[in-house]
Amino acid sequence: MTRGVTAAEVAPKTYAWEIRAEGLRVRAGGRKLAVNGLDLNLGTGVHGLLGPNGAGKTTLIRALATVLRPAGGTLELLGTPADAQTGGRRELRRRIGYLPQEFGYYRRFTVREFVEYMAWLKEMPREEIPGAVQRAVERVGLADRADDRMKTLSGGMVRRAGIAQAIVNDPRILLLDEPTAGLDPAQRLRFRELLHQLGTDSCVVVSTHLVEDVAAACTDVVLIADGALVFRGTPDQLAAAGGAAHPGDSPIERGYAALLMRSEPGRGTW
Amino acid sequence: MSTEDHVEHPSERLIGRYARGDTEDTEAALEGGVNGTGIAHDEVWALEAHLESCARCRARLAVATRHTTPAVTALVDGVWDGLAPQLPAIAPMPRRHRWALPLSAWASPVMVPWLCMTVLVTLIAVILDSLSGQGISFVLLLAPVLPVFGVAASWARGFDPAYELVAGTPRAGLQLVLRRTTSVLVVVISALLVAGWVTGAAVAQWLLPCLAFTTGALALGGLIGVTRAAIGLVAAWAAVIVAPTVAVSRTPVALQAEALPVWGAVFALGVMVVIARRGAYTLLGIHR
Repeated sequence: MTRGVTAAEVAPKTYAWEIRAEGLRVRAGGRKLAVNGLDLNLGTGVHGLLGPNGAGKTTLIRALATVLRPAGGTLELLGTPADAQTGGRRELRRRIGYLPQEFGYYRRFTVREFVEYMAWLKEMPREEIPGAVQRAVERVGLADRADDRMKTLSGGMVRRAGIAQAIVNDPRILLLDEPTAGLDPAQRLRFRELLHQLGTDSCVVVSTHLVEDVAAACTDVVLIADGALVFRGTPDQLAAAGGAAHPGDSPIERGYAALLMRSEPGRGTW
Repeated sequence: MSTEDHVEHPSERLIGRYARGDTEDTEAALEGGVNGTGIAHDEVWALEAHLESCARCRARLAVATRHTTPAVTALVDGVWDGLAPQLPAIAPMPRRHRWALPLSAWASPVMVPWLCMTVLVTLIAVILDSLSGQGISFVLLLAPVLPVFGVAASWARGFDPAYELVAGTPRAGLQLVLRRTTSVLVVVISALLVAGWVTGAAVAQWLLPCLAFTTGALALGGLIGVTRAAIGLVAAWAAVIVAPTVAVSRTPVALQAEALPVWGAVFALGVMVVIARRGAYTLLGIHR
């Protein structure tokens, strides 16, 4: 089942970067600045967001999803300021797909109803919803379970349903927070293929702590620690940063360890 | 009457030529050395544009193809043979919408337990009223806090498991808040109408406090989060009004007719705060 391409999609874009952050500061919950002075330009492609626990990955993704308001700095998504007034933000959100790290779902809904409901919330035209839902569900390989209730699915399938709702509106910016958690190795391979397809014409930001996912699926690595950018480059450049002296089982893990040690030399083994 | 009846359909001959691939740039036309025997480009374009929108002519083309070009027929049949074994595994796209979506558009999909609770609590209040005699009206005491629970049920993190998914969508915000609040009020007000009719409480006496608390919960929710606002309002109501009323067994001043202008003012203030803070309802903090 194919989809018509609209004039808006082939129009030249009026911005240089899908995501542009300058000196971005975002508060997580209370007082703490989880993202503190982050400069980042992301274009089309698959960007792996790496960092230790508590580095501010989830807070950054939430700010990119416009559900957290930045405390300072500038954040532009698709050329629109993320803290635009309600109208501009609404327009922006129609072109964003977001999968939170831990997402709840309605247990009585079928996969199709769940994705349909999300498509409705994303203000897709009513007549396009059934086709878009079918495409999204097929892309994540849940077509045979589309009419089963969510509560009957395994953890990996629920996560795939979550990915389906994120891609149902063909977003320009796709934000996936720990999407590979709960996927088995075969599903993870399929997921990397899907990422690859999605990254050809949209800006995909995948947060993960699994370094091997980044090496295999991402065109670009963004390493953050303590809410600031530590490293930005290709997976090969990340691997080149590490030497034999650094801990890790693969070149890319050693590069990750080397860069983190450089940024916070005082930290212990955890 | 469909729009197809007004357009001119391509002739049988044109479709036949198209099916044979008889266009200007085909090999056959070039080798023949005669220019202009094939279908002109603009005609091909017009024909294809028509075929895209006209199922009847596509069917005619399919028939023409089957007769004239065995190669295409073989290709199509080959693709079908390859696809057919995979198709039973895929659930077909449903033809029509079910009722679930329109309903979810107006209420959080997990509100059924809350609706049952509202009806049950109202019933208990009516029973208490008839048992307690003339002293105090439990229906009146209950009226303001019932919608607060409803507002909490439609926005609080604890009630709506998908709150973070919902918060990130374009529809999240004041519009969805108002939709869900409306459905809450429809249920609460109809339950209270019946209760008021049974116990003889005046409509204005419970309707204004009910509306004032609803907008109050939303306005306070926009400032500190809906869960906190709901807990705070219910606790304040219980401590300041309900406890003393039950203690002295007399309808409090706040629920008598003289207090109605105050409730009206609270309602208006709530509406103004909600409108002023409308941007806050699109953020994650609203669910706290």
